[in-house]
Amino acid sequence: MSAKTKSVGKKPGGLSDRASDAILVVLCVAILLVVAYPLYYILVASLSDPYDVYAGKTFLAPSQFTLDGYAAVFSDDSILLGYWNSIKYTVAGTIFSVVMIYITAYPLSNPDLPGRKFFNIFFVITMYFGGGLIPTYLVVRDTGLINTIWAMFLPGGVAVSNMIIARNYFETSIPKELKEAAEIDGASKLRIFWDIIIPLSRPIMAVMVVFSMVAYWNDWFTALIYMTGEGRAPLPLVLRNILIASETSASQASMISGGYAELNKLTEMIKFASIIVAAAPMLIIYPFVQKLQYGPISVYFTEQDENGLWQSITDEEAQENSARAPAKSRASTRSTAPN
Amino acid sequence: MSKTQAVPRAERTGRPKGPQWLKRGKTSGKNAGDIAVRRKPLKQRLIENWQLYLLLLIPVVITIVYKYGPMYGIQIAFRDFKASRGITGSQWVGLQWFEEFFTSPNCWRMIKNTVLLSLYSLLWSFPVPIILALALNQLRFHKLKRVVQTVLYAPHFISTMIICGMLRIFLSPSGGLINLLLGTSIDFLNQSSMFRSIYVISGIWQEAGWGTIIYLATLSSVDTSLYEAAKVDGASVFQRILHIDLPALVPMAVLQLILSASNLMNIGFEKVFLLQTDLNKATSDIIAVYVYEQGIQHAEYSYSTAIGLFNTAVNIILLIIVSRIAKKASDVQFV
Repeated sequence: MSAKTKSVGKKPGGLSDRASDAILVVLCVAILLVVAYPLYYILVASLSDPYDVYAGKTFLAPSQFTLDGYAAVFSDDSILLGYWNSIKYTVAGTIFSVVMIYITAYPLSNPDLPGRKFFNIFFVITMYFGGGLIPTYLVVRDTGLINTIWAMFLPGGVAVSNMIIARNYFETSIPKELKEAAEIDGASKLRIFWDIIIPLSRPIMAVMVVFSMVAYWNDWFTALIYMTGEGRAPLPLVLRNILIASETSASQASMISGGYAELNKLTEMIKFASIIVAAAPMLIIYPFVQKLQYGPISVYFTEQDENGLWQSITDEEAQENSARAPAKSRASTRSTAPN
Repeated sequence: MSKTQAVPRAERTGRPKGPQWLKRGKTSGKNAGDIAVRRKPLKQRLIENWQLYLLLLIPVVITIVYKYGPMYGIQIAFRDFKASRGITGSQWVGLQWFEEFFTSPNCWRMIKNTVLLSLYSLLWSFPVPIILALALNQLRFHKLKRVVQTVLYAPHFISTMIICGMLRIFLSPSGGLINLLLGTSIDFLNQSSMFRSIYVISGIWQEAGWGTIIYLATLSSVDTSLYEAAKVDGASVFQRILHIDLPALVPMAVLQLILSASNLMNIGFEKVFLLQTDLNKATSDIIAVYVYEQGIQHAEYSYSTAIGLFNTAVNIILLIIVSRIAKKASDVQFV
């Protein structure tokens, strides 16, 4: 095929296909390098002597290869505790948020549920309007969640935009006939949920799981406000002291030679290594999402934008949305189906 | 556990209703709009769906407590909130906190910084994913395309905390990457004139790749026979991009632009908070950070809530205006 297109491309009318291919490849590789290089530089720096890093000797490869930075990171109790906290919050938060999405989306995907419109509006309002930082903080405090793991995800409630996507998926991508046949056979709503909806919605569930995981793993603002107790901070918040707060003291220390130097050297090494250690889990996981890209993720984005915002912004429009959504998203899934 | 226990009981109650469902299923299968006409009595539907209400109970309760509860608490913006007196027991002070904010010395600087920072961020970072998507879509080497995509998505999955840590390392005046490459020793982060550029460029680096997904998905639905026809007519790759791909992206691009415009006041707190120093405050001082400082650090609950409410109000007005525009735009372009 490529041979054919190349021969066709030699017709008049601008650059040949071969030349434009070359330009595109160069362009894409250049972009690739620009995006990847900062990460690569940190990786190299984490394996080098920090003095060589600051002397500009580590642009391409490590200088004076060392794993001391990683050794220091993995023997630092506060970092390890932060890591453990992050894992706990991520696992609990992901389970919570996916369960919440499912138990909200499934009832609302039932066309003959009395009050469906009301519940839709009830949830959609929270997408656009909230109490703000302090009123939310006061509620969280008054319900006794401060410094408990619950504070990390309970105040987030239902992720409404994800819920809408799941709801549309249940309505349109799971054959109606299947649900109806199950009902004729006497299956209850819960049974249909458990035996039909959950097994048949794996692709969308995978997307929700990965996105929730990333969000919880990277979240530190919630913890900054609610997890003020000793030893409660997740990894990013622990790293704040190393990466952000120590910046001034480290550069001050670098001016003072002698006894501080060794300490400072270790601080710098921990800085580089901890970035790699903190970013690694998500960087390892995310390529798996890409496999789903032209399936659920593209649906994820288009649905979010088409049905999420302006159609459900006011009450009147939200009603319109719930009436129009099935027909509309059915059309959109049909168009993406060949992929 | 309770779910599985509930199943057999529900099965028993569900069974006699089978035939009616059969009828409804046949009539409603073809046209969803007909359902309303042939619905069963409300009472029967309420009873049939009790399990669904049971499922909804948990999210509804959580939403009432943690979403609608704070909305009720917004009234402390108009009160002198004292924890000991509770929300309704605190004294009503009207617009006192708003007045205090609008007469505070940095008020207009903060509003200006908030709007400008998001405006620059919007204008510069909006076209990049479109250009990237157009280039990636025409790339015919699928392995390379896949590698580029994977790498471009990577920064999106990194925490803001890590990004800002990296920025501080790169921008450090002594031995930072940028200074090494330029051969200078400029303290970028402590110069207020640099702050917006740092914010916008790092934002593009982190999110532009991820932003291509929606455009690539749109491009994947372009009819391939158009490309074939264009090739036969001798159109070059760039002519194909200009006359086939770009027009296909316009509706989605307009949509994205409008959607992000409605978030103008919702500029990301996290990055600004982490990159702010005493010396770059002239441009990095934004409303969200001030709300945090006053509310959480200084426990000025009422004052902070009032500022937050002002921000939300502006945003909601923007959202409504923009959604009206979007509706009109979509009527023109999608239908």
